[in-house]
Amino acid sequence: MKILTTPHMERCIGCYSCSLACARLVHRNLSWLTAGIRIKSSGGLSTGYTAVTCLACDPAPCAATCPTEAFSQRKGGGVNVKKSLCIHCGECAQACPVDAIYLDNTSDPFVCIHCGRCVDYCPHECLAMTGTASDLPGDSGKEVRP
Amino acid sequence: MIRDAFRVLTVDVTSGRGRILMLDGREQFAGGSGLAALLFDKFGQPDRPWNDVEQPLIFTIGPLTGYFPLMSKTVCAFKSPYHNQYAESHAGGRSALALRFADLDALVITGRAPTPSCLAVGNHHLDIQDVHYLWGKNVDATGKMLRRMYSGSGHRSILRIGPAGETGSAMAGINVDTYRHFGRLGGGAVMGAKNLKGIVIEGDAAFSLPAGKSYRKLFEDVYARMTTTDMMSKYHNLGTAANLESLNELKSLPWRNLQQTSDPAISGVTGEKFADDTLLRNAACAGCPVGCIHVGFVREKFMAENQYLYRQVAYDYEPIFATGTMLGVTDAFAVLGIMDVVEKMGLDVMSAGVALAWAAEATEKGLISAKESIVPLAFGDAPAFKQAIDHLGRGTNDFYRLLGQGTLAAAREFGGDDFACVLGQEMAGYATGEVYYAAQALGFRHSHLDSGGYSYDQKHEEKDTDKAVAFLVSDEQERVLLTSMVSCLFARGVYKPDLVGECLNTLGYATLADNMEASSSHIQKKRWQIRLATGFKPDQVQIPKRFLDVTTWKGKTDSPYLDALLAAYARKIEKLAKMDSGESEED
Repeated sequence: MKILTTPHMERCIGCYSCSLACARLVHRNLSWLTAGIRIKSSGGLSTGYTAVTCLACDPAPCAATCPTEAFSQRKGGGVNVKKSLCIHCGECAQACPVDAIYLDNTSDPFVCIHCGRCVDYCPHECLAMTGTASDLPGDSGKEVRP
Repeated sequence: MIRDAFRVLTVDVTSGRGRILMLDGREQFAGGSGLAALLFDKFGQPDRPWNDVEQPLIFTIGPLTGYFPLMSKTVCAFKSPYHNQYAESHAGGRSALALRFADLDALVITGRAPTPSCLAVGNHHLDIQDVHYLWGKNVDATGKMLRRMYSGSGHRSILRIGPAGETGSAMAGINVDTYRHFGRLGGGAVMGAKNLKGIVIEGDAAFSLPAGKSYRKLFEDVYARMTTTDMMSKYHNLGTAANLESLNELKSLPWRNLQQTSDPAISGVTGEKFADDTLLRNAACAGCPVGCIHVGFVREKFMAENQYLYRQVAYDYEPIFATGTMLGVTDAFAVLGIMDVVEKMGLDVMSAGVALAWAAEATEKGLISAKESIVPLAFGDAPAFKQAIDHLGRGTNDFYRLLGQGTLAAAREFGGDDFACVLGQEMAGYATGEVYYAAQALGFRHSHLDSGGYSYDQKHEEKDTDKAVAFLVSDEQERVLLTSMVSCLFARGVYKPDLVGECLNTLGYATLADNMEASSSHIQKKRWQIRLATGFKPDQVQIPKRFLDVTTWKGKTDSPYLDALLAAYARKIEKLAKMDSGESEED
């Protein structure tokens, strides 16, 4: 399964179209934070922007720590999310090593589900959906060596 | 949030206390410019000076802010130190979305903090910190410190002033998120008078969207128009700097204090030149995929053995005109070097550049000397202008403090009012002809964006006073609708009234959508009423002689036509201001 990557963030202009698209299309709200991808200025505006988003860990520590299986391991990396099972404990956000899970003020978690709907809204093609090692023909996701 | 009432946070920085008000009036005042007028009516003191402790500093957004692309601007309103009258200045950056996600339609600041302070507001917090240690620091250093002191990187807006705002210069702007500005008419001095060095707006609210598909479908449609059609490519490509070459060709680009309107030396400062040699990257206001902000660089060798530093400076047409052609500086990097000092001082770039252009000509004519200007000024001498900008920002001596109150204030003392390039305030970069001169001189914000007078000059050969004035008034009304939403005016080709109505309807503002014409007319009148109540006298506006000497592609300025335009437009403004709400122009 493909995952969202951010290969060209040096092109980012800080328009927030990706965050707003995720919030609008996935979470059905207007927000620049309750989204699976969030933009931060990097060391002050004058040095550009970074995207905070799920790196598609496999195994995903957030899924491993979730006590109610609201987060479960997604094939190809990242997590599948079932909000109806979430008890808002916030453990997932604590477990994420790159701060990719946003908790709103009710501890409702927001994380990228690698659906790719934000990609087309980036005017500078900073984002891409790419295959993982497990997508390679005849490969089981193990390390590829030359 | 989509709601009919306006949610307004008022903060008295004397006491540090705030209050949330829910105000009615969406149908009549919409938001943005309209809401600012409503709030000035409620909190403003028309008869007291601009720096009276009770005067409000107002920031507003509109019903479409954040919900649609390029609805990304904030309106700042205040009583201006430039003319002691009601004024608006507009900026983007992240200010509009930060206010949206702080769940505020407006922020109104009154009072005067006991010590130099920074105000932080959001949907969960309000606090004022003593930042006396930042007083005197430039905009760049202040921004760096505030970024470290406050949380919310990427989801906050940092407004700050430089030395110009602290010293009460009528040319002091408010810097917004490094590359945008509430530049014109002295908003920075109003912040300074409130002892506010910075304002940090942070918001993390999330709002439900309308059910059904219509909103999302309309968003897609608008987004596509903004990003895939040619309508916005000018702003995305070379940016507004593309205008330099075109206006120079039209003999409409002010050079050397408007002593010329065209010069072959344009080749050093065209949009292409800036893009090819100096452009580092582009940036955008939050909520705008167009990304018109063009960031160039200045590089300085500060020590032997190839020790360099570099800084990033955003450029546009107006800053290049003001610190380039107007000052006779024709090297792109030298122009950026002057802009860099303007940014640090927290000055409005157009006002500062045009004021120094006057000072350079006044020096040529022997009206002033280095006794006043400290550093001898001459057209083309970029290092001297950089020093002069520093003096202007800091108000180093009586001359610079006076010049900071406006070019005409200095000209009244030293002479040279005939070549002061002032049209209500220091001119914007359009020497296109009579309609533009009348439009800026009498326009509500004295801005090239009040109405398309510069465009009218280029499209109309005939000299029909009534037709031109009718255009200025109707174009102002169309623009005031946009600045009440609050749209970036670069999107005016896309956001025609029908589309604005569709956007309002899909969000549930059906009544406002049905009454846009009446609402924008009401706001237009209301703004003029406040402007006149604070002292504006349209019939007393005069155009300096320099504008009568200008020769464009159409020939020399037609003085009787300009006089007729000024008289007719002044009458129209007075008539607009006298009308009651709901009364139409024909009544």
